[in-house]
Amino acid sequence: MTRKDSLPVTDAHAVNVTGVSRIFSIKKKAAVTALESVDLTVAPGEFVSLIGPSGCGKSTLLRLIADLDQPSAGTIEVFGKTARKARIDQDYGIAFQQAGLLPWRTVRANIELPLELHKVGTAERRSRSTELLELVGLVDFGDNYPDQLSGGMQQRVAIARALAESPNLLLMDEPFGALDEMTRERMQNELIRICADTRAAVVFVTHSIPEAVFLSDRVVVMSPRPGRIRSVLPIRLGGPDDRSEHIREDTAFFDGVSAVRESLHGTPDSGNARGVDIR
Amino acid sequence: MRLHFISARMVVAPLLLGVAVLALWQLAVVALEIKPFVLPGPVAIADQFFGNIDNVWTASAVTGWNALVGLVLGAVAGVLLATLAAVWAVLDELSVPIVAALAVIPIVALAPVLYTMYGAGAETARQIIAAIAVFIPVYLNSLRGFRQVRPVHRELMHVYAASGVQTARNVTLPSALPFIFTGLRIASSLAVISALIAEYFGGPVGGLGKSITSAASSSNYSLAWAYVLGSILVGLVFYLVTLGLEKLVSRHRPTP
Ligand SMILES: Nc1ncnc2c1ncn2[C@@H]1O[C@H](COP(=O)(O)OP(=O)(O)OP(=O)(O)O)[C@@H](O)[C@H]1O
Ligand SMILES: [Mg+2]
Repeated sequence: MTRKDSLPVTDAHAVNVTGVSRIFSIKKKAAVTALESVDLTVAPGEFVSLIGPSGCGKSTLLRLIADLDQPSAGTIEVFGKTARKARIDQDYGIAFQQAGLLPWRTVRANIELPLELHKVGTAERRSRSTELLELVGLVDFGDNYPDQLSGGMQQRVAIARALAESPNLLLMDEPFGALDEMTRERMQNELIRICADTRAAVVFVTHSIPEAVFLSDRVVVMSPRPGRIRSVLPIRLGGPDDRSEHIREDTAFFDGVSAVRESLHGTPDSGNARGVDIR
Repeated sequence: MRLHFISARMVVAPLLLGVAVLALWQLAVVALEIKPFVLPGPVAIADQFFGNIDNVWTASAVTGWNALVGLVLGAVAGVLLATLAAVWAVLDELSVPIVAALAVIPIVALAPVLYTMYGAGAETARQIIAAIAVFIPVYLNSLRGFRQVRPVHRELMHVYAASGVQTARNVTLPSALPFIFTGLRIASSLAVISALIAEYFGGPVGGLGKSITSAASSSNYSLAWAYVLGSILVGLVFYLVTLGLEKLVSRHRPTP
């Protein structure tokens, strides 16, 4: 059992969720079962999307993996450790559903925040943030403040921040939700490239069927209340080099879209394979 | 040009109004033959103000210094205790009745007690009164500010496994800062008022409060009003300085 520098423990799953339930009990109200006996494994370097109707527990599952919340039952392991240990070891980067930037910091300082907290030197921080600003196409906005940016631009800053420490696991909650279609597709291509470069595993929450199909190795379809995994669909349209724009026109892509849609609606789909947002 | 027009209107209009009011006031005092003990005219007040500018200045310095010492002490204590109360909820609960009591009793009522405690020859009693008056709004606003941290920011720090100090420095304090400054802005005027009114209850002479009472008791009403003018100016300076500090610190944050 050797330790490589890119992956913490080679034989462990990136994420291993076993029999996880999460029940929210609010005073004087009926308890809400957000998740019920969920099992999910994500291999190192694998890209897994979570898709399902609003309120089916996607964010809840992501928060459990990030150790922002504890399961009512079941266990969660990240790289073979407890979620808590993995968080303290900084094994993952996260982009929330809201950008969550600090309004009193410039865009660049926001991106550098995790590096600063983890005592990375000024020069290294600076070069890393420059790299990331280029990546998300915000080179000219490094010295701006978040409230001077559009919602989509803020979201891109949050993505850059999540990538700052090149984590082995990326947790992303609808990161492209606020982006226009063009930027969105560009960011999707970038994300595939980043994952190929860093060999990071990704757990990606989305509402968009085509997005899930385009990005994922596997798509996890969830059912609403109580949140359960309805099906897991293997997709993988090809390596990062083959998965360029033309693949969106490919039949394999449309097949994937129909398969996910069928699973979501529980009925076979007739024609019109073009993906729509299920929101 | 439009900007010019607006700023001109914003400066010139109140100035014109002020001049008009002063002119009317003077006219009324002269025309209606109002006695000075009822209300002296602005010309008489200005005459006394500039005629005794040295005395007004030293009196302002005495009261201003007391207010400043009180402001600094009260503000430091207020922010520190609010920080502790934000960290330990127990302290917050314990402090509720004390702060409520302090907020209800007129602080200057403590003046005679404090004068006997610290000696009538010292300024200490006045500074303590100003400090207590300052403490309350600073403490309450700071505590409120420390509760303003957005959940997503708190979670972010949790995700980065940030230490308590790091979280305080990067998230809690910046979130609270606008509220702390609101408290300071209220407190700055309170400090001057309390330090001044405390003088009415005893202690050494020389401050604005004592000067107002002694001028009034020797029937020099215009001089009394000149000292009142001095008090207004001191209060204004305190307010504007804290306002300026607030603007400086909160240049790049959306107002809450
Ligand atoms: N802190 C909480 N307290 C109580 N109930 C909660 C809490 N968080 C989530 N829930 C409930 O759990 C369920 C799942 O919520 P979750 O946010 O995971 O949904 P989601 O799939 O992310 O939805 P969306 O796609 O709209 O973001 C919802 O019914 C929600 O009301
Ligand atoms: Mg969600």
